[in-house]
Amino acid sequence: MKKKMLSLVLAGAMTAVLMTGCGSGNGSADSGSTADGAATETETTEAGETEAADGAADTENAESADDAQAAGGEGGTLKIGGIGPLTGSAAVYGIATMNGSQIAVDEINAAGGINGMTVELNFQDDECDAEKSVNAYNTLKDWGVQVIDGCVTSACSIAVADKTAQDNIFQLTPSGSAVDCVANPNSFRVCFSDPNQGAASAQYIGEHSLATKVAVIYDSSDVYSSGIYEKFAGEAANQSFEIVATGAFTADNKTDFSVQLQQAKDAGADLVFLPIYYNEAALILTQASSMGFDVKFFGCDGLDGILGVENFDATLAEGVMLLTPFAADATDDLTVSFVTTYNEKFGETPNQFAADGYDAIYTIKAAAEKANITADMSNEDICNALQTAMTEITVDGLTGAGITWDASGEPTKDPKAVVIKDGVYTAM
Amino acid sequence: MKAKAGKLSKTTKNDLITYGMVILTYIVVQILVSSGHVSSLIQGLLVPFCTYVIVAIALNLTVGILGELSLGHAGFMCVGAFASAVFSLAFKNTMPGGLRFFLALLIGAAAAAAVGFLVGIPVLRLRGDYLAIVTLAFGEIIKNIINALYLGVDSKGLHFTMKDALSLNMEEDGLMLIKGAQGVTGTPNDSNFTIGVVLILVTLFIVLNFIHSRTGRAVMSIRDNRIAAESVGINVTKYKLIAFTVSASLAGVAGVLYAHNLSTLNALPKNFGYNMSILILVFVVLGGIGNIRGSIIAAVLLTLLPEVLRGLSDYRMLIYAVVLIVMMIFNWSPNAVFFRKRLKQRLGIGGRKKEEA
Repeated sequence: MKKKMLSLVLAGAMTAVLMTGCGSGNGSADSGSTADGAATETETTEAGETEAADGAADTENAESADDAQAAGGEGGTLKIGGIGPLTGSAAVYGIATMNGSQIAVDEINAAGGINGMTVELNFQDDECDAEKSVNAYNTLKDWGVQVIDGCVTSACSIAVADKTAQDNIFQLTPSGSAVDCVANPNSFRVCFSDPNQGAASAQYIGEHSLATKVAVIYDSSDVYSSGIYEKFAGEAANQSFEIVATGAFTADNKTDFSVQLQQAKDAGADLVFLPIYYNEAALILTQASSMGFDVKFFGCDGLDGILGVENFDATLAEGVMLLTPFAADATDDLTVSFVTTYNEKFGETPNQFAADGYDAIYTIKAAAEKANITADMSNEDICNALQTAMTEITVDGLTGAGITWDASGEPTKDPKAVVIKDGVYTAM
Repeated sequence: MKAKAGKLSKTTKNDLITYGMVILTYIVVQILVSSGHVSSLIQGLLVPFCTYVIVAIALNLTVGILGELSLGHAGFMCVGAFASAVFSLAFKNTMPGGLRFFLALLIGAAAAAAVGFLVGIPVLRLRGDYLAIVTLAFGEIIKNIINALYLGVDSKGLHFTMKDALSLNMEEDGLMLIKGAQGVTGTPNDSNFTIGVVLILVTLFIVLNFIHSRTGRAVMSIRDNRIAAESVGINVTKYKLIAFTVSASLAGVAGVLYAHNLSTLNALPKNFGYNMSILILVFVVLGGIGNIRGSIIAAVLLTLLPEVLRGLSDYRMLIYAVVLIVMMIFNWSPNAVFFRKRLKQRLGIGGRKKEEA
């Protein structure tokens, strides 16, 4: 019996060692696992840059520090820390943001870095949990982070913003859209805020006389969705249309929308506003069509990606209008090259989170160049300098041309409205 | 029991070891922190450690001492967290931090105790696993209610609705306390490690004294043999209810600590859902059912593990699972228990040797 037990323990230990070895081996050699962004580096051309970028993707602190020292050019290294969900139900957003940011970092390093500094990106998983997010932030602090590119989701962003304000570290969230994400002077964002989107949607519908009776279906358990809805309803009072029906659903019952649709139909709505994500929207469109409810649909950036939903008849999405900062089908050079690179490296079409992540890195670059940041500055100096520089720069990014910021941290950019026509997003 | 005057009884000695362990850990950590030897990651984890230790001790009272299974302790945490966060937010600028946090603690504990009491009244009269079923549902219900709840305060008083933020009809300068799914934002950051450790000690004091009290012995007698307990005149429902309410209120205290550590508080499946209740139960089971000291160690280890494994990126979840299984086998498999006993005997450090002799 003792023998049996001993062998069991030994077997367990061996398995553990095997896995540990596998994990760290992967970290130092950086050959496999797309999950830590390692595979993206193999195509980078210059050897030095490859090494630095490898270090960036590397999640093992000590090793990445070594890498950085080996690769750091004459300008040193600027350490950017990303935080977002890489596992769990929201992983798709975090991974997209990480990939988008990584592409930007590779491009910047290939073009000589920021002020001669090599950029290093370390992206940590927060599982979309505020508590884990703070842990991720502390991990990054141990690594010596100088600028935070995160968090991807709102609640995490708010939790981390509290800590970055205490530590005086500059924070730029790519996609944290809740109002409080940028409440502190050191935090800025790339995406639209929720209220901004809600109000803009209402104004757009009103100004273009798209409808007189509007129904809303939203996810009351989701911060993004309910945030947009509130401002939309507030702004609707000033517009030429009225909200005739409001149907809410929660994360626990998001498969059957017949009740909400019937409610909208009975109220005689001629437009349904969907401030939700595309998976549920695809179901709503399918169910509306099967119950013979022919109506216009209008959504926000969450609907971006609806054409890619599996088993979804894309013809149903014909005529759907959405406000979005990014459309992968756009034909401008920047978008085309980004989408091509993304496709090559990750084998899928980027969504708006990837675009936000990409723009976030370039925004940091623009601000860092404006403020003449050097790698040996203290975090506090970097933070103060970037804070001022953010209000002075103009960024032409994937999610908008001529984006500017004011001291409140909100970006100013025009929302783009697109309509789905013949299976592609067409500007309205 | 046979301890003579001047000599400590076995239970007292055991309890003192537990207190001592916590205090010693606290001192060591404080020295390390002040000398700069602790990474930011661990420093950030110190308060969560305290939170989970407290809730693990609380659940051990229900599972280990009362012998009932509760799958909703995250729900009690949630009640405590939200009740206290709302209070702290409302009085953020009008009350000194220390007093506010003390009152928040009392409010959180009282709210969770009240809810625990209500849940317990009907369920604890039953025999069988009904408590597990009801608390499981309770945890989910609480989470959903809070996600649909809007609460605000302005000069006219409190506003409350289950519809949406607009129907609160708040004045311009009104303060949103709970904003539906967006939860509570801007809770003052009152928790720190010292407060956490003090709370652990208070929790230990309450639980350990409860166990060794007359009431505690009555509760344990119900656990061991309900019929025998009834036959000697013990009011089964009353004692069960006492133990369960104390356990719920301590979980509420853990919730208060949790809420005041982060500036944002949402009721997500991640932090207050079913999975968290199970995780707390895992702390208790791995630490040893009825073994308070074990719960403390298991809670710290299992909170620490996924974080120190961060370097392995996605593999950490896999390893976490493997470690859980290995720990379970080591702790509970009859073979492993036998092996441990033999090992202890051979090394001559067996605490049980005296009993066996």
